Amino acid sequence: MIFGVDVASMLLGGVAAGMVLFIVSVGLSVTMGLMGFVNLAHGGFAMLGGYAIALAMKHWGLGFVPALVFGFVVTAAASVLLERLLYARLYRATELDQVLFTIGLVFMMIASVTLLIGPENQPLALPAILQGQINLGITQYRTYSVVLIVVGIVIVSGLWLGFERTQIGAQIRAAVDNRRMAESLGINIARLFTITFAFGSGMAALGGGLGAEFLGLDPQYALKYLVYFLIVVAVGGLGRVTGVFYAALLIGVLDFVLKKYVPQGGTAFIYALTILLLLWRPQGLFSAKVT
Amino acid sequence: MTPPQAGWADHPAALALAGRHRVRVWEPIPWVLALTFYFAFPKHLGFGTELLVTILFAISLDLVLGYAGIVTLGHAAFFGAGAYTVGMLAKHGIWNEPITGLILAAVVAAAVGLGSGLVLLRTHGLTLLMLTLCTMALLEEAANLAHDYTGGFDGLDSLPIAPLFGVFEFNPLYPKTQYLYVLTVLFVCFVFVRTLVYSPFGQSLTGIRENMLRMHAVGAPVRGRLVLCYALSAAIAGVAGGIWAQANAYVNLGTLGLDRAATVLIILVLGGYGRLYGAFIGAVAYMVLSHFLSKIYPTAWQLGLGLLLVVIALFARNGILGIAEAAVRRLRTPHATL
Amino acid sequence: MMKRIVAVAVAALAMTTSWAQAQEVKVGVNLPYTGIGAEFAQLVDRGMELYLKLNADKVRPYKITLIKRDVKDPGGANAKIAVQELLTQDNVDILAGWIYSPNAIASAPIVTAGKKLAVIMNAGTAQITNMSPYYVRTSFSMWHAGYALGEAAAKLLNAKTAVVGYTDFPPGKDSLAAFKKSFEGTGGKVIDEIPMGGAGAVPDFTPFFQRAKDKKPDVFFVFVPAGDHAAAVVKTYAALGMREAGIKLIGPGDITQDTKLQAMGAAAVGLITMHHYHADLDNPENKRFVEAWKKEYGATTTPDFMAVGGYDGMAAIVHVVQTLKGKIGVEQALEALKGWKFASPRGPISIDPVTRDIVMNEYLSEAVMKDGRVFQKVIGKIDAVKDACKEQKIGPCAPK
Repeated sequence: MIFGVDVASMLLGGVAAGMVLFIVSVGLSVTMGLMGFVNLAHGGFAMLGGYAIALAMKHWGLGFVPALVFGFVVTAAASVLLERLLYARLYRATELDQVLFTIGLVFMMIASVTLLIGPENQPLALPAILQGQINLGITQYRTYSVVLIVVGIVIVSGLWLGFERTQIGAQIRAAVDNRRMAESLGINIARLFTITFAFGSGMAALGGGLGAEFLGLDPQYALKYLVYFLIVVAVGGLGRVTGVFYAALLIGVLDFVLKKYVPQGGTAFIYALTILLLLWRPQGLFSAKVT
Repeated sequence: MTPPQAGWADHPAALALAGRHRVRVWEPIPWVLALTFYFAFPKHLGFGTELLVTILFAISLDLVLGYAGIVTLGHAAFFGAGAYTVGMLAKHGIWNEPITGLILAAVVAAAVGLGSGLVLLRTHGLTLLMLTLCTMALLEEAANLAHDYTGGFDGLDSLPIAPLFGVFEFNPLYPKTQYLYVLTVLFVCFVFVRTLVYSPFGQSLTGIRENMLRMHAVGAPVRGRLVLCYALSAAIAGVAGGIWAQANAYVNLGTLGLDRAATVLIILVLGGYGRLYGAFIGAVAYMVLSHFLSKIYPTAWQLGLGLLLVVIALFARNGILGIAEAAVRRLRTPHATL
Repeated sequence: MMKRIVAVAVAALAMTTSWAQAQEVKVGVNLPYTGIGAEFAQLVDRGMELYLKLNADKVRPYKITLIKRDVKDPGGANAKIAVQELLTQDNVDILAGWIYSPNAIASAPIVTAGKKLAVIMNAGTAQITNMSPYYVRTSFSMWHAGYALGEAAAKLLNAKTAVVGYTDFPPGKDSLAAFKKSFEGTGGKVIDEIPMGGAGAVPDFTPFFQRAKDKKPDVFFVFVPAGDHAAAVVKTYAALGMREAGIKLIGPGDITQDTKLQAMGAAAVGLITMHHYHADLDNPENKRFVEAWKKEYGATTTPDFMAVGGYDGMAAIVHVVQTLKGKIGVEQALEALKGWKFASPRGPISIDPVTRDIVMNEYLSEAVMKDGRVFQKVIGKIDAVKDACKEQKIGPCAPK
């Protein structure tokens, strides 16, 4: 019984952490898969979205859920502007120029937020109903973790349906698999990219807000967790919603278990694990695409 | 591979190569400037030394990035490997002679480069980027965990580096010896890299960067060349790290950090990669701006740097040197030979 | 108006005499004004500036000029260059600052070579003051709070067993060693030691706290660096139901840093900390200090232990300037500071003439709700605490 409780609490903690990773990373994976654009500013959108959410709650007294919606919309809108004005000029540029451009963008985001709002952590208070513990029968657990898991499942189901069952989803899948072919079939890749980019940035904003309870929220957020997001994308495979989902859960749970049982190892395990996984499957664990 | 034919040195390609290899009139200028700096700014030699080390590190990156076309975010792994080699040997009383220390640093870093290159260079794109990044992060974490040997987060301080040639002390407050020492090492390494990139080996790297499939098709040992280039570049990065540790009498986890790897990448692209001298221009521009702007406007500095990067990526893809070259080309359009 | 004209005239006169040279004292300040430490730099900086502003009369007739340099990060290299340039280019008379221990460690050889008084205003690794004879510390050592808390946990909180969770970098290891030494010396037992990630980013504490909870200790001693870690610690502690499980969360005052405490809200209630300062301390100097701070920097801001490190550090500098009449020789400056006593917002402090480290009171406090805000109630006090690491010559503090 004790063993069961142990396993349950571990799974709950790890899966909840994985859900945050998934929500932030999924947009990155799809946009990278679609255009091959290396967007290191993705964490910046998560940070900006998190700020929008936290500030809307603090200054306008918005509730948590309306604030999340607000953050999603604002960040998505801002990202469309950036995408049309700037990103679009670099679609055919080299990987290196894209890396450089997006690093520059992250620096500007961090500096702007530091100048306008300040370098300190933004507290994001959860509604009372999400705090504390919940009784799951077999064990007591952190309410918010359970909520996150439920939210994550809803989101991944919605995305899966959107991907597999809608016109636009089919277009995205086609474009990820073979962009030239999709283009010659008359799919407007640029428009598709703008839509997914906006949606992905909005999701990142949601992740920034939802994950603030675990990851905090300050200007450096944009770079601090970027490596984790990139690991999830690389392991999950580019342009795969389900791949990113499994990868996020895998990384989340393994990270949790290793930290709990071998805390002396620090973060070394997660890097070693990523190296091994990527050497084994360079295109990502869950990618069918072979190039 | 077939052996070179007799008389291959008269081949037009070989002549073109030799022509490009020629020392141009402006090439001594950076070295003269570096020497002038020594006499003109005796109070800025600490900064100057850091600048020269950064140039050396950027040159090592240019070899893989600019010539072989390998985009890496983990180049500090080799800088750190060199720095820790020097630092640990000195701190634990095993070896503290500077010049041989650098050779050891180069060997260790090259070994790390060779080992990781053999495994990682089969991949490309995001996967390669992540693999180089994770390898570096793993080394950093290992250095953190091996606290007893590496000093962990605090690093190893007050390294007892022996005087150069047993005569010239490294003074921490007025680093004259350090400056000239680093300048000399930079020159030697630069001549080596310059010779390398204009050699047939270097030309084949450029070929791989431009069109890997074709190089495969002509039967060039693509993987082998890339790995060799990676290891050589690692060795030079190791020298940069080793000399940094000697000049500062200090080594810590920052030598293996993403900050350092990202900064050197920015510097190289800012100056213009694949051009040898881009490393000089980029390092000077970045370090001088950073040094003075961050004194006056600490927070705005990051904003300015970000803006600069965005502008370069959007409008000046070949960096500062690229802009200069374009300007020169336009001036002499009638007899442009490049 | 007349007064100003006279002042200008006197100043103009002063410029023409060599006497003016003695008037200005240049203090070279190194702090991480950008990057992850920007928030801390601001606190220390404001502490220094506030002292100068409130005590203009104590500074006269001398003029203290602060020359500020950004050291960007805890990497050591940038701090080293900054200190070197402050010495060789700006010819400062006194050095001050140091948020991060690695920066103080990297700077030590330069400080020694430069032969200037160097006032450490935050960095807390115990043995730093041994690394250069010119370092004087007005902040704290990790051993001050850690050692005192180990004893208090066993004696006052009647704890028999403890689990220690610490951020895996030198101050964390210092804190663990200090707590363990005194807790086990007083009959307690540390049953698990959990390194909880590096200092760079706030980790998700859930797995570490889950492990601590499973061990069922009487107290859970947590050391995390000041800043954003603390809020996550308190949240996770509450969310995992550790309080209900009868495990007391204790630690040095970094987990209840004043600048972060109110945002934690009710989750912070019940935390027990040992530290040398918090803004709720009840003494006249602190009342004056907090009031002036809020007036100067805004009612929603608050000073904290970092701000006090800067404030007291500047007090020490002003004392040196006055004692030496503006001509700062390093040996004389050290002489002036040895045994220097000051009524600080944290209570009476002095500089230990042997170790050049601070001697101060440690307060055991419990966070309670009062008037709708989290209030730190003092429930115990130990007078004139010295850095136990150097007192007892333990580990890294032992002479080599």
